[in-house]
Amino acid sequence: MINSLFLINPSGEMFLEKHWKSVVSRSVCDYFLEAKEKALEPEDVPPVIHTPHHYLISIYRDKLFFLSVIQTEVPPLFVIEFLHRVAEMIQDYFGECSETVVKDHMVMVYELLEEMLDNGFPLATESNVLKEMIRPPTILRSVVNTLTGTSNVGDTLLTGQLSTIPWRRAGVRYTNNEAYFDVVEEIDAILDQSGTTVFAEIQGVVEACVKLSGMPDLTLSFMNPRLLDDVSFHPCVRYKLWESERVLSFIPPDGNFTLMTYHVNAQNLVAIPVYVKQSISFFECGSDGRLDVTVGPKQTMGKTVEGVMVTVHLPKTILSINLTATQGSYTYDNGTKLLVWDIGKLNPQKLPNLRGSLSLQAGAPKPEENPSLNIDLKIQQLAISGLKVNRLDMFGEKYKPFKGVKYITKAGKFQVLTITASINKYT
Amino acid sequence: PSSSPRHDDLKEMLDSNKDSLKLEAMKRIVAMIARGKNASDLFPAVVKNVACKNIEVKKLVYVYLVRYAEEQQDLALLSISTFQRGLKDPNQLIRASALRVLSSIRVTIIVPIMMLAIKEAASDMSPYVRKTAAHAIPKLYSLDPEQKDCLIEVIEKLLADKTTLVAGSVVMAFEEVCPERIDLIHKNYRKLCNLLIDVEEWGQVVIINMLTRYARTQFLNPNMNESLLEEGGGEKAFYGSDNDDDTDDEEDKEEKEKKKTEATAIVKRKPYVMDPDHRLLLRNTKPLLQSRNAAVVMAVAQLYFHLAPKAEVGVIAKALVRLMRSHSEVQYVVLQNVATMSIKRRGMFEPYLKSFYIRSTDPTQIKVLKLEVLTNLANETNISTILREFQDDHFNDKDFVAATIQAIGRCATNIGEVRDTCLNGLVQLLSNRDELVVAESVVVIKKLLQMQPEQHSDIIKHMAKLTDNIQVPMARASILWLIGEYCEHVPKIAPDVLRKMAKTFTNEEDIVKLQIINLAAKLYLTNSKQTKLLTQYVLNLAKYDQNYDIRDRARFIRQLIVPTDKSGALSKYAKKLFLALKPAPVLESPFKDRDHFQLGSLSHLLNAKAGGYQVLPDWPEAAPDPSVRNVEVKESVPEWTKCSSREKRKEKKADKPFYSDSEGESGPTESADSDTASGSESGSGSEESGSGSESEESNEESESASEEDEEEEGKKKKKNVEKIKARKPVPETCLAVHAVFTQPPPLPVSVPQTIIPSGNLKTYELLHRITGEGLSVEYCFSRQPFSPDPHMVAVKIQFTNSATSEAKSLHVEDAKLQSGMRIKEFPEIEVLPAGETVSVVMGIDFCDSTQAANFQLCTHTRKFFVSIQPPVGELMMPIFMTENEFKKEQGQLMGMNEITEKLTLEEKCQGEHAVVQRVTTAANLSRVPCGSDKECRFAGKTVTSGSLVLVSVVTKEDGAAQLTVNCEKMVIGTMLVKDILQALTQ
Repeated sequence: MINSLFLINPSGEMFLEKHWKSVVSRSVCDYFLEAKEKALEPEDVPPVIHTPHHYLISIYRDKLFFLSVIQTEVPPLFVIEFLHRVAEMIQDYFGECSETVVKDHMVMVYELLEEMLDNGFPLATESNVLKEMIRPPTILRSVVNTLTGTSNVGDTLLTGQLSTIPWRRAGVRYTNNEAYFDVVEEIDAILDQSGTTVFAEIQGVVEACVKLSGMPDLTLSFMNPRLLDDVSFHPCVRYKLWESERVLSFIPPDGNFTLMTYHVNAQNLVAIPVYVKQSISFFECGSDGRLDVTVGPKQTMGKTVEGVMVTVHLPKTILSINLTATQGSYTYDNGTKLLVWDIGKLNPQKLPNLRGSLSLQAGAPKPEENPSLNIDLKIQQLAISGLKVNRLDMFGEKYKPFKGVKYITKAGKFQVLTITASINKYT
Repeated sequence: PSSSPRHDDLKEMLDSNKDSLKLEAMKRIVAMIARGKNASDLFPAVVKNVACKNIEVKKLVYVYLVRYAEEQQDLALLSISTFQRGLKDPNQLIRASALRVLSSIRVTIIVPIMMLAIKEAASDMSPYVRKTAAHAIPKLYSLDPEQKDCLIEVIEKLLADKTTLVAGSVVMAFEEVCPERIDLIHKNYRKLCNLLIDVEEWGQVVIINMLTRYARTQFLNPNMNESLLEEGGGEKAFYGSDNDDDTDDEEDKEEKEKKKTEATAIVKRKPYVMDPDHRLLLRNTKPLLQSRNAAVVMAVAQLYFHLAPKAEVGVIAKALVRLMRSHSEVQYVVLQNVATMSIKRRGMFEPYLKSFYIRSTDPTQIKVLKLEVLTNLANETNISTILREFQDDHFNDKDFVAATIQAIGRCATNIGEVRDTCLNGLVQLLSNRDELVVAESVVVIKKLLQMQPEQHSDIIKHMAKLTDNIQVPMARASILWLIGEYCEHVPKIAPDVLRKMAKTFTNEEDIVKLQIINLAAKLYLTNSKQTKLLTQYVLNLAKYDQNYDIRDRARFIRQLIVPTDKSGALSKYAKKLFLALKPAPVLESPFKDRDHFQLGSLSHLLNAKAGGYQVLPDWPEAAPDPSVRNVEVKESVPEWTKCSSREKRKEKKADKPFYSDSEGESGPTESADSDTASGSESGSGSEESGSGSESEESNEESESASEEDEEEEGKKKKKNVEKIKARKPVPETCLAVHAVFTQPPPLPVSVPQTIIPSGNLKTYELLHRITGEGLSVEYCFSRQPFSPDPHMVAVKIQFTNSATSEAKSLHVEDAKLQSGMRIKEFPEIEVLPAGETVSVVMGIDFCDSTQAANFQLCTHTRKFFVSIQPPVGELMMPIFMTENEFKKEQGQLMGMNEITEKLTLEEKCQGEHAVVQRVTTAANLSRVPCGSDKECRFAGKTVTSGSLVLVSVVTKEDGAAQLTVNCEKMVIGTMLVKDILQALTQ
């Protein structure tokens, strides 16, 4: 299965390597580095590369390449999924996944990798099990460690591996028993220049933070489960019970985990929380143009839209811009031609507007491409699909847990298309 | 080896008595290893600490040991006794950890020790130790392949293990050591199927992939009879209206014909009945489509693709589309597989067309794959959307432009209706600023023109002009070839092009030079008067070219075309040689036939066999003995663990299926299944009494027991969620739909102007009495306006309850619609008593397309998947017009919007009355008055968009006639022409 893993930073430095079988020389990465050189963006590096003796399967995540070396047939998704788990594990342990973090915790990451695979085959990938074997660092503990010279390796023998509920460790005890669920929805949409929805769908996820003692068996039900068009579950969820009764029945992992992800069909009309009025135009003659963008609230169910941000990739031939924003501020990077307008909260009484002039490089033809606007936004206390949690019941334990549900809506890939108009020379 | 002073430091620390110093040293050493630095010279100092009491130090020493033992074999042996001691420890975790490290030390000399340790661990009390033993097997095998036979014995033993913990790991070992020993699986097959859902994710992937191969050797092809039932093309009709272009269809028909005869042969011997074990596998893997793990979902998807009856494969599409929203690497792999699947099973992805739309932010490789999938999914109903998608400005990315243009070319070859549209689009691209775009277009246009050159001499002329500007060699060569090949269509321009080319010959690239010679030769043969000298000149230039290929070609051609006394018989045939009719190139997908590799595999992705790939066998002609999978009751070892109760739970289900099972199995097959159930149930009976042998697992026992209770409850509440049962008869329904296209029943039409009375309407079957368990459902297009929503087609649905008990709460649920389509459900029918019939009307907005509307028809107990697919003629409604209005409107719908066909009326169909009757049967149109009795006119508009549809049939002598259809919607027009033609000529 998986022979070796290399972590590579964007400049091509291999800063961590781990081998689960015989050592593979790091020169094998040259094939990958070559492909990386060729690619315009790091995302464009092919995920699977065939070399004379090995196969290289890589992912790009959090500005790092996770490159695995394979020698024989293995389902590529098996490897890709595992590599993402590695990234998630680092994120989970150290709060972020970055080169600095890995370099700071080299030994611990190495030990974790040792536990995650045995002879290249996944052994323990559940965060619950791993955390019992190797405790994540906390500030207090790292102080204690430096003073006493102990480390984070579990000092008792672990039982996590022995459970048939591989995702939950045994003997969990809390003084405050609590279970929180966050329903987070992202709207993916493409609106055309007139504001009509070309495409819209909602991706949702139920994130859970469950800190309950013992072996609680939870049942979570929704007011309107039929909304959900497609779902996928954490392995703890009893699939068949969902299929028959549309309830989520599960023995939860301890701590944070993703309970389910779902998709709301575009068929059930997706509410679009904002509208964007925009025009980008260039004069037929000369080298000037104009940009005018207004953002306003649309279907917000009475909630405030916050964190609004508009990002535009302007045409390459733009030389400079001169814009004024009535709210928020904008930044423009002339190298990447990236215009970012950070608006903040939307005020329906006074709509934010950004307008001004664009100037093209002298002699450049009118740009052909139509830049699209990418919108970012956030709405608290609202699941835009209308999904609502009905109730949460607990069986198997006697105590009364504290329960809570939070809703939040965000923009996913939310694009507004434009058509650059040309204006006849005004005389 | 020269060790740096710093390493001396470390050695000193390792030798100290303080654990904290040792730990610090080990940490620094492991950090060196992690960074890829060599720390092998520390081996002696480290290995001394293998027996260190401090567990943290010990762990790091193990890590070091595993990394360097291979390089320091002699020294590594020093540590072995520690592990041997560990193997005997009373604590199962220490036993497992000792085995894990011992088996990871790649030192040949300890092979016998490892073998012994694995054998012992394989019969350990603890399932965790047994799991570790399974992991150790491939390690030992790679160290010493000669141990294979012994290891197979261990694998056989562990395969019989009944815990979920061991299952994944031992199948992994099986796959690495002896994948060919499929016989070892027989006895464990049912158990593996039943344990599957509780195995950890990675194990699931390995087991599912292995079982796919197993099933291919043991069961019969569930689709072998399919073509027989469907009568050719039925499957396609089910998914959508893809009346493919002729070549494809013919190929298909031939294939189907062949299959049909094969199938008939088999059927004659024995009707196909799915082996219950085959069903068990499909049933137990299906819920895993909901897994969060992309690899698991893909594994189930490939299993369904390779093993399921056609009608059931569709369930995987939604799950695969879900993966498309995951990380881009996941998308990349999934798209590769979807590309392959969409060639064979296009229909299942059609409803998800929009998910494959290209985003400007997609990485290039994703864009190219999406393009591939869109091209595969293109048919006449969606082609206009797809072409628009292609045209959208994705022209920033050079690789991608080329791929887009090729995709347009492929759509054009596959779908005859849009060939001209595509060609026009490509011709427009010829004036694009970017030379690469132009060049790629030229190459694709060349291929398209080869299909019908005579109609496109103006395009050839246009391209001839391009030689002045375009510099990309491949494009220049393509243009020259075109002009040469079709010089008869451009007799004036061709010699002029040759003249210009002769001028620039010496500066051209080699491929262009070869084509210049080629052009010269062809012109010489057809028009020697004008081009003789030019040809001589070109050949002379070529004779002295630097490239020997070009020199050779010139010499060869001169001999061939210029008659001399020496030139032999060949020159007589020169014209035939050069201007032979050449078959048009086939533009096909690079993913065609890639499904001979198991989907989801690395080999499939690379389209090349990767090392260790196990070939997916073809279905056997006759099924091997199914009794090999029967398990003797006695064999169930009393060594049961907590998992056994889970297993029991599931095997009960196998007995009385209630979750995912569904698929209509007929009686006799079920009975075969029962012996699994009885066998294992008695096994589990023994478990109940003898359980709890292992104390550490007893609490677990209670957990799964409670779970079982809950599920039991669930069983009572919802006994039947047998969804898929309705799927099988669907092809029959389609057959009915199909029949209407080909044979309109002779209906007496009294007053042609009015709507046909509903009594004469063709009814189609929606649900057969047998599949519906007594409930049969028929529908017809009532041709009445649907009052709640004028943009919907009214569909009258008639329920007949021929069962003995009443059916309750009949309603529609869970519509799976193409985007834009809408359904207005009929009001729920609360009770339908036995023997009664009731009719309701529902409205469907088909969006002016012939895509099927899929939904579930639910009763209080059951759900049936059904689909309604409208013939194109039902997508419109009649409107009234005067003759003048008709003429005016017709005048505005010229050009691309007008389609004219000549036809010969069938004998019975000559005469105005018959024509009117047949046309109005085929399409919901009203008659428009007409002064001439030689012409019949009809008008209507499409229901959704209200686009005008005008039809006129002009009759001439001897049954000759001309049909004209004018419609804004070209696709509707094209399909309507086809249907009316059929109605009038058959």
